[in-house]
Amino acid sequence: MAGMIEIRNVSKAFGGVQANKDISMDVPEGKITGLIGPNGSGKTTLFNSVVGYHPINEGSIRFQGREISNLRVPEIARLGMLRTFQQTRIYGKMNCVRNMLISVPHRNLGWADLFGKQYSAEDMDKAERLLEFVGLYAKRNLLAGELSFGQQKLLEFAMALMNDPKVLLLDEPTAGINPTLINGLIDRLKRANKEFGITLFVIEHNMRVIMNLAEHIYCLAHGQMLADGSPEQIRTDQRVIDAYLGAH
Amino acid sequence: MNTTSSKIILYVGILAVSIVAPYLFPAYALQLAILWIMILFALTWDAMGGQMGYNSLGNIVFFGVGMYISAVAQIGLYFDVGEYTSAYGAIKVDFDYGQYFTGLTLGVIAAAFGAMVVAVAFGRIVLGLRGPYFAIGTLGVALSAGELLGAWEWVGAGSGISMPVYPGDPDDRSLLFYFMCFAAAAATFFFYRWLYTTRFGLALNAIRDDEEKAEAMGIHTVRYKIVNWAMSAFFLGISGAIYGNMIGFIEPLEVAFPTVTFGIFMVLMALMGGKGTLWGPVVGATLFHIIKEVTWTHLLGWQWVALGMLVIIIVVYFPQGIMGWAHDKWPDFFGIEVEEAPAEDIEEAA
Repeated sequence: MAGMIEIRNVSKAFGGVQANKDISMDVPEGKITGLIGPNGSGKTTLFNSVVGYHPINEGSIRFQGREISNLRVPEIARLGMLRTFQQTRIYGKMNCVRNMLISVPHRNLGWADLFGKQYSAEDMDKAERLLEFVGLYAKRNLLAGELSFGQQKLLEFAMALMNDPKVLLLDEPTAGINPTLINGLIDRLKRANKEFGITLFVIEHNMRVIMNLAEHIYCLAHGQMLADGSPEQIRTDQRVIDAYLGAH
Repeated sequence: MNTTSSKIILYVGILAVSIVAPYLFPAYALQLAILWIMILFALTWDAMGGQMGYNSLGNIVFFGVGMYISAVAQIGLYFDVGEYTSAYGAIKVDFDYGQYFTGLTLGVIAAAFGAMVVAVAFGRIVLGLRGPYFAIGTLGVALSAGELLGAWEWVGAGSGISMPVYPGDPDDRSLLFYFMCFAAAAATFFFYRWLYTTRFGLALNAIRDDEEKAEAMGIHTVRYKIVNWAMSAFFLGISGAIYGNMIGFIEPLEVAFPTVTFGIFMVLMALMGGKGTLWGPVVGATLFHIIKEVTWTHLLGWQWVALGMLVIIIVVYFPQGIMGWAHDKWPDFFGIEVEEAPAEDIEEAA
């Protein structure tokens, strides 16, 4: 199994706070990998380190065999590794279609494309199909900032798919979404993985969601690796239960 | 009447009025020329502040840089610049038609590209700043540019430079500069009108709405920001070259780098008209220039107070500007959808 992302002995400190300590994990290609842990356990810090948001203190992060811990955010994104944000981020003053059109893969864009047309027929077609896929087609011409929080999350997900990523890092994709919509979202994440072949790496607090979604789960606590295994192993692991119930 | 033909009528109407105006009101030719410069100011400011969300308080620096570059180029073609400026205008040079127009043409071109180079150089430094830090950083650049040129003897320091004198009739001269200003503003308008229909325009808006997201999506944000600033500088450099020649005498603080007048006006005009819209800066600049001239004429002594009141009224009651307010009031007219698409529309696409 080829490792899409290989994280080796990564440590990251903010001043005296050790947010991540000696963390190693693998995100295999074509799979859905989960990352859980109590609040403040360092999950988002790890995501930020992987996508190049801040430099790491020690260790190595490889993406398809290439060291990326010294690259910056847009460079890593252009390699095909995208992330969505815990606090959803979309372009609020642009309508949904324009949000989609500017999310085309930028890795192939040269200087000449800067001044090209806003979109090709294929881009528009793809944007509309993906908006349909997440159920926002009827709202495609509304300003993205006027959508509800849950709809913005769906739009952000569609924008990520528009970018044709190889791997998608999702930071709490179901947080703030109406429980009745969560099953639909799980289904769409699985379809993105199966049909579009996108490797997923998901931070999630909702245990039902992550158990249902992920094939392999890593659990962090206090910035360190606590446990990893299949959903069944994690569910029954006493250390994980203690960490969540505060016995740690 | 459909929108295309009404747009054509609008453009033809503006064109006709613009061509006839200086002949009908020759006494106002200079004021009308300055109006076109103001429109150019507002458009170039809006490309940064309105479309990309980088509120620059220092765009005036490119105006001044362009002015000085053109002055040096026009004089330097035929004379020693240091000798010319150290005479403080005592050397009266008669430029013939050929010399004058060669110098003017080359001066404008050099100003445009020179300002661009300066924008790229400064952009690498100040475009790393965000929000209010960018505004203050650019303000610092503009203020220090004026002070630096004020201390540089070779370009006349604080005493300035007398520009080459137009060799012909004064009426022809004012028409020439009127039409140069008009052409520069029109070129700027149509350039941005086109630019906002390209991928570049989408990227600018994305950077405005959430730069961090744009980076995370792999957009070449640094490239877009620097190129956008350089394009603003290109047009501002041209406007500076034309303005310097039109006024006839340039000096650093009042004419070339008027940070607290023109430098602030360009922000106000764009805000008043509605930032982030194509027509907003045009409407804002026109209205602002009229209000300014009326208050300067009829409320002399109180003109700055009146201007201050105007700023407060805009910020408090029309924070989105005139065009922003119109967009909210008549969204249909501007093709903005506020409702979900009707059901049959969805089936058709699915």
